[in-house]
Amino acid sequence: MITLVKRPAPSRLWAWSTPLLAVLATMIAGGVLFALLGKNPFEAIRTIFWDPLFGPNAAYFRGQLLVKAGPLILIASGLAVGFRAGVWNIGAEGQYVIGAICGASVALAAYPAESGLLFPAMVLAAAIGGWAWGMIPAVLKNRFGVSEILVSLMLVYVAENLLAYMAFGPLKNPQGFGFPGSRNLQQYPAAHNPELIAGTGMHWGVVAALLAVAGAYVLMHRHIAGFRIRVAGEAPRAARFSGVVPARLVAFCLGLSGTPAGLAGLFEVAGPAGQITDSFNAGYGFTAIIVAFLGRLHPIGILLAGLLMALTYIGGDMAQLMLQLPAAAIQVFQGMLLFFLLGFDFLTNYSIRIRGALA
Amino acid sequence: MIIGGIDIIALVATLMAASTPVLLAATGELVAEKSGVLNLGVEGMMIMGAVGGFAAAVSTGSPVLGFAAGAVAGAVLALLFAFLTQVLLSNQVATGLALTLFGLGLSALIGKGFEGIRPPPTAKVPFGPLAEIPGLGRILFSHDWMVYFSLLLVAATWAFLRHSRAGLILRAVGESHDAAHALGYRVVAVRIGALAFGGALAGLGGAYLSLVRVPQWTEGMTAGAGWIALAIVVFASWRAERVLLGAYLFGGITAAQLQLQAAGYAIPVHLLSMAPFVVTIVALVLITALHRQGSQAAPASLGRAFHASS
Repeated sequence: MITLVKRPAPSRLWAWSTPLLAVLATMIAGGVLFALLGKNPFEAIRTIFWDPLFGPNAAYFRGQLLVKAGPLILIASGLAVGFRAGVWNIGAEGQYVIGAICGASVALAAYPAESGLLFPAMVLAAAIGGWAWGMIPAVLKNRFGVSEILVSLMLVYVAENLLAYMAFGPLKNPQGFGFPGSRNLQQYPAAHNPELIAGTGMHWGVVAALLAVAGAYVLMHRHIAGFRIRVAGEAPRAARFSGVVPARLVAFCLGLSGTPAGLAGLFEVAGPAGQITDSFNAGYGFTAIIVAFLGRLHPIGILLAGLLMALTYIGGDMAQLMLQLPAAAIQVFQGMLLFFLLGFDFLTNYSIRIRGALA
Repeated sequence: MIIGGIDIIALVATLMAASTPVLLAATGELVAEKSGVLNLGVEGMMIMGAVGGFAAAVSTGSPVLGFAAGAVAGAVLALLFAFLTQVLLSNQVATGLALTLFGLGLSALIGKGFEGIRPPPTAKVPFGPLAEIPGLGRILFSHDWMVYFSLLLVAATWAFLRHSRAGLILRAVGESHDAAHALGYRVVAVRIGALAFGGALAGLGGAYLSLVRVPQWTEGMTAGAGWIALAIVVFASWRAERVLLGAYLFGGITAAQLQLQAAGYAIPVHLLSMAPFVVTIVALVLITALHRQGSQAAPASLGRAFHASS
């Protein structure tokens, strides 16, 4: 009989090889899925993972890679800190939307401003918006003991409805001929988040993502606060004895994950998306959860995982165009990746013994 | 009876039907959580039930087979969750989320060919003269059989948890898996069974949405109902009879919100659609504030992985 035996300490080897194993397994299972949909699995996998990087139009797609990876990495870096502490903010999508609304509102209220201070003001507004939206579940958890999981998730639906309300109501473009959606910030120089180096896809959001990775690394691996956060996640009682105040930890983690999510929303709406519409949010807040786990909640891992996940977005778009693969297929693909990842994770903490040989 | 442009009888009559999907899903989740497992994948299981039930009903022409297929689809997804969390001991929160993301994607993929079709109608229960009672007849006796079946399921779940030996074992596993294991109960088997039941009920709730409530298939049509179901379990302090209350309260808000939209008040539609979620948060806060010792209501082993060391 096969049994699992708990390892005395998590295996470092497996900790870093399970993500690769999961990606491989997802490619195989995804290939089967694509074959079931009547597509050539090898062609589909090549279209998703190879062509955007090295195919005929790769120059364009490589730029898109950073555009998609930026928000994912920025959000996931914040989420990972909370997940390490056992604080489950699964409402990053809502914080992202609120950040975008706050930032864009500042820009639209000042229209047509030309000041160089406008963009920093938008960034500040978005940071505060994302932080505040994250603090709602934190306060409710600390004051009343309500699960932050449920509240943060409910607030995503509240934020999405607020976004639709804004797009059809207060933020609607007065010169938009009655169409829903705000003014396009790409045609509003003071508010635009432009490509910093032509052809790379590098915008301020990507810069912020890289800073977030560096910041998260210092916090989690070079600072006492990070140590305390990790202890709180793995041994809450021990953490309490060493002076960690649970309420402060909850507020810290939710604020720390809400702020970058709000910033990611702003950089997206002022840059690649351009305007507030009822569907401008593309689910980055949820995909970032996969990115955080794929990167093993480690900043460097998240950087790599974000790039990989961005690749599946771009490759998915390409496969949709070239092979008529349904858009939902890529969503299934990403879901499978998280499944395999969590499934294989047992190899890190447990070793497999085949009993019967001994007994 | 019309108050402020809203037909009160019609409102109360739609309440029962509007509550049925979340009632089913919340009852299923209650059983799973009573066994000590937190399955955050309710939304994913519901939507798989919605698409599976819809596809089966349309292709066979039988709504009964549709509901059965919806339940099976939900249960299959729940078994996947059970395998990952109970056998491979993965993190329950993360795995539940994965279940939701996966279910939303897969359902969209399966449902592609079923958009814009009307499902076969689900039969109403013929109550004869009872349905003719003014007011009351329309409120209580004008529904399809699934509404009454869901009430029966809640009653059965209540009786099972409260008054049966198997229910006692299930609760014991949820309260202290180590003690239950020491007594010789098979913790993992009990939990897998509870999860499958929870998945089947979530799938049934999803199928009710696509076959009766809407009735058609659209991508992402559960629109948060699964999360509301999870909140209702907390709101109900893990008691079956209160799940009924919570689900009807929520159904009432949804129905009232839709009636307000229809009545043409000058409140923007999107702010009204927000209401169920805001009210759910407020309800959660109130209920946990009322039980200051609140967490005692939750099964003690909820969300903790069980690994028999010997």
